[in-house]
This record gives sequence, structure tokens and C-alpha cells, in this order.
Amino acid sequence: MSEKVIFTTRELPEPAALATYERVGGYQALRQILAEKIPPEAIIAEIKTSALRGRGGAGFPTGLKWSFIPRHLPGPKYIVCNSDEGEPGTFKDRDILRYNPHSVIEGMIIAGYTLGAQTGYNYIHGEIFELYEAFERALEEARAAGYLGRNILGSGFNFDIHAHHGYGAYICGEETALLESIEGKKGQPRFKPPFPASFGLYGRPTVINNTETFACIPYIVRNGGLKFLELGKPNNGGTKIFSVSGKVNRPGNYEIPLGTPFAELLEMAGGMREGYRLKAVIPGGSSTPVLPAEVMMQCTMDYDSIAKAGSMLGAGSVILIDHTVCMVRALERLAYFYFEESCGQCTPCREGTGWLYRVIHRIEHGKGRPEDLDLLESVSRNIGGRTICGLGDAAATPVQSFLKHFRHEFEHHIEHGRCLDGCH
Amino acid sequence: MLSAESLARIDREIAKYPADQKQSAIMAALRIAQEEKGWLAEETIRFVAEYLGMPPIAAYEVATFYNMYNTRPVGRYKLTVCTNLPCQLTQRHDIGAYLQQKLGIGWGETTEDGRFTLVEGECMGSCDGAPLLLVNNHRMLTQLTPEAVDKLLSELE
Repeated sequence: MSEKVIFTTRELPEPAALATYERVGGYQALRQILAEKIPPEAIIAEIKTSALRGRGGAGFPTGLKWSFIPRHLPGPKYIVCNSDEGEPGTFKDRDILRYNPHSVIEGMIIAGYTLGAQTGYNYIHGEIFELYEAFERALEEARAAGYLGRNILGSGFNFDIHAHHGYGAYICGEETALLESIEGKKGQPRFKPPFPASFGLYGRPTVINNTETFACIPYIVRNGGLKFLELGKPNNGGTKIFSVSGKVNRPGNYEIPLGTPFAELLEMAGGMREGYRLKAVIPGGSSTPVLPAEVMMQCTMDYDSIAKAGSMLGAGSVILIDHTVCMVRALERLAYFYFEESCGQCTPCREGTGWLYRVIHRIEHGKGRPEDLDLLESVSRNIGGRTICGLGDAAATPVQSFLKHFRHEFEHHIEHGRCLDGCH
Repeated sequence: MLSAESLARIDREIAKYPADQKQSAIMAALRIAQEEKGWLAEETIRFVAEYLGMPPIAAYEVATFYNMYNTRPVGRYKLTVCTNLPCQLTQRHDIGAYLQQKLGIGWGETTEDGRFTLVEGECMGSCDGAPLLLVNNHRMLTQLTPEAVDKLLSELE
């Protein structure tokens, strides 16, 4: 089995306990930083060497993001963890919080030390409320052990973390919507710039990273950036957790080195269930372009390989679509999701997502018109790039990619009023 | 309006944020109010807003923006089933359809005896556990079968 960065405690008894985390080297990185007073610049340099890229979907280099924070600016600065995981197909942060919450806590404390912040918030998806409560208990444990609070381990460094829960809004996974939500408002994204690094939570410099990104930090500090980089491949450092859903024998989370062939991941997940053949794959969560199975079988699981194939690694949420699935019906459900979750702020998204859904709905229900496919292309093109945040693009992308690769299924539906495979 | 216990819990939430940012506690405060009252009537939202020193309309915006708040009365048990694509692909049983047939209600409806409200949910970030549902927002049950659903319904009085 390959080396793990994050799921280091998953197979042990009481995986989430602080003592378990300490047994696998947990909080060593923090101890070393505080004892040796390692300069923040050196920590950022290691993270840059590691080629760690944001694990929430955008893949932005973490070291670079941290270097944007004006460390010496007086006044409060904030560290925010984005555990608002609600992109269809994504469920990795849930298992990080379930099995190794302290890796996230340690990562956030190191971020606080490096960026000169004293307070952190972890924004946790409301639907996994039991893990929000568990995270609060983990914070208590860390406080009691002296890793959080005032004068951490006698170093004079103060840092505390609080948990904040969402309550049912996909859009809050967008970083500025998430900040609005912590401020107690409806989660409508802010126009950027200014970016959170200069104007974030309460208008203060803020770094926001995904749960998995923070969970990688202690390993990088402990073992060096190069070691992390070498787990993966150049420009794609480290391991990554892939959430596999669909008709496989063992759906679930798999932490593997970036650059692992897709075929191997499929095998780890137990392969397709008997009687099901793989038709298509959405490799990075519902907002990334769908790829035909034969294209996917040639890919390795890393940012560059998936991008070259015409999609995105996203959050590593691998949705497997089997041969029994009607692509019109599948797209109809995704289109409904974006329509339901659009925050309503920007007209192209608010109106366009509903329009897309209604057109796909009528195609699915046998009332499609010959001009509908051009209409879908046109509406989706007029959403993409014309909104404040990425939800508009996220809604447009599945439509464009489903039409690109599975146009014949839509044409058949329009012509015959039913599925190609006769599923209804 | 709210019990002393609920107010104490809200106070603990307020303490998480800077002293001049009490509004940050609104999401937790509305959730705590909902746990006590079952749903958020306008007067409840107004009370919570005043407790946090924010305009009632701002609290109302929050209550209506996030879909786990009940801005209308619901049954004693609100069952929210994820029907999004990855769950549909992964699940071995269509428990949404099973629940509708078993309870004799559609999405968004409540049984006549006031026991159950059935809600179609969006992604809960647990697709590998499909089919799954939430009982009153906070208790998630995964890998359900019709038998497991029967057992659950008989337990929820």
C-alpha cells in the first residue's frame, strides 16, 4: 500500500482521537516550528517546493496563496477552513473530519503561525452535523492538550479555532460566499478583486483553504516539501483523496499518489458491479466536464493529465456513469441542482440555470424541439464567464460536455421522445 | 420566547466571534431556535434577530436562504432524502420512491397524523452511503434498504 498523508489513522482504533494522531507523528510539526522558531518564509518555501495545490477544486498553488497574505499588517487576520463540501460526488472532507480531524487542526494552527493570525474558523457542511459536533470535541481536546489557545506550548503564540456550520446552501462552498455566511448573512459571493488575502473575513486579510489542503500541511512541514512532491509527480505533488461513486463494488474514498492510473483507482473501488459497463466518468465533481470511458481509461489521476483530456481534477470526485444511465436524465438532475442552488445574485445564472433545466426537462419528457440543442449551447455560453462566481460556469459546463460527447442521446430523445436504450 | 437553555447555547455561539460581530452567530442561533420550536415562525426569527442586535429582515434573509431551516411547520420527523445524481447512480434501492409510496405523500408534504414530512434534498456530501436520508437535519442514515426504512419509521413515534 502506498504512503498516506491524511488517512494515517483510519485503520487504527479510535482514529479521530488526539492520542491516536500523536502516535502517528501528529503535532510534531507544530512542536518543531515553535521550538525552533522556524521563520514563516521557510514554511511557505517548503509548501511551494511541495507543489501542493488547493484540494477544494480550483487547484491553486497553496504556497503562492499563503505568500499573498500581508503578514506584517497590524490588526486581526483569519485562517478559514472550507469544509462546506456539497458538490455532487464529493465526500472526502467528511472522512478527513471523521477519521483525522487533528490533521486539519494542526494544519490550521501552522497557517496561523505562518501568516500571523490568531483566529481560525472551520466552516462545516450542515448536512454532516454529527461531524460538526465531533469537530468541536476535537477542538476541546486540542485546547486541553495546550495546542490551541493562549501561549501554545509555552511559545507565546496565541491561536484558537472555532467551528461554524452551514445549513444547506451549496454556494457557501464558494470562498467569498462562505465568508459572507460566517458574517451571518445569506451566502452571496463577493466580486473579486479584492481577494480574501487582502479583504476577507470582516474585511481583514484571510486565507481560505480546503480541509484536505490543511490536512496536508503537517506532513509537508514534518518531512519537507520535496518528500511530499515525490509522492506524486512534478507540478502535482503528494497524494490525493478520490471519492468514487456510481455502480462500483466499493464506493468510497481512496487516498492515492497523484499520477496513479485511473484504471488502478477503478480496481481499488472493486471494479464495476456485475452487469454494468462503464460508459462515462465525471472526474472531479458535477461541475467538471464529463469524459467518455475510453478517454478516461487512458488518464492518470492528476491535474495535468485530466486537464489534457479536456476535463478537470476538481475536488477528485469521480462519478462513474454506467451503460444503463440515460445521459439526458442524468443531465436533467444536475441542471436541476444548479437551478436550485443558484444564489440569485447574477441574472445570467439566476435565469439561465432555470432555463437550462426547463429545456432539458422537456427533452427528457419527450417534448424536445429540434432547435433545443442549439438553444442549450447558446444559453450555457451566455452564463459562462458572465457571473460573479463560478457557479454559473459550473452549471454551464455539464451541459456543454454532455452535448459534446453524448449528443446522439439527446438527438434520439428529441426525435423519438424516448431513450436510446429504451429505459423509458 | 426561547428557553434559558437555548439562550445559553446561543451565548456559547456568540462567544466564538469578535465582540462586535454577534451577527455571525445567526446561523447557529436560528438552528438552536428551530431545535426547540420545530420550525421558525416570523416571531421566532424576530426574537433571535433582536437577541443578536441585528435587523429582523437580515435574520429572515438567512432563514429563507439556507434550505435546512423550516420556515413553515413540518411533521415531528422531517426526512430529507438526497436524490442527486451520484446518489441515484450509487444506490441499490430507490428509497425516495419507497417512502412516498409507504407514507402516501409526495415531496414537500406531511402525513395527516403530523408525524412525517418528506423532503427532496441536495448533495449531502456522502454519496458513497447512498441511499441516505437525514432525520430532522442532524441524524444521517446511510446504505438504506426498504427493511431499514420500515424499521426506522416504526421507531419514530
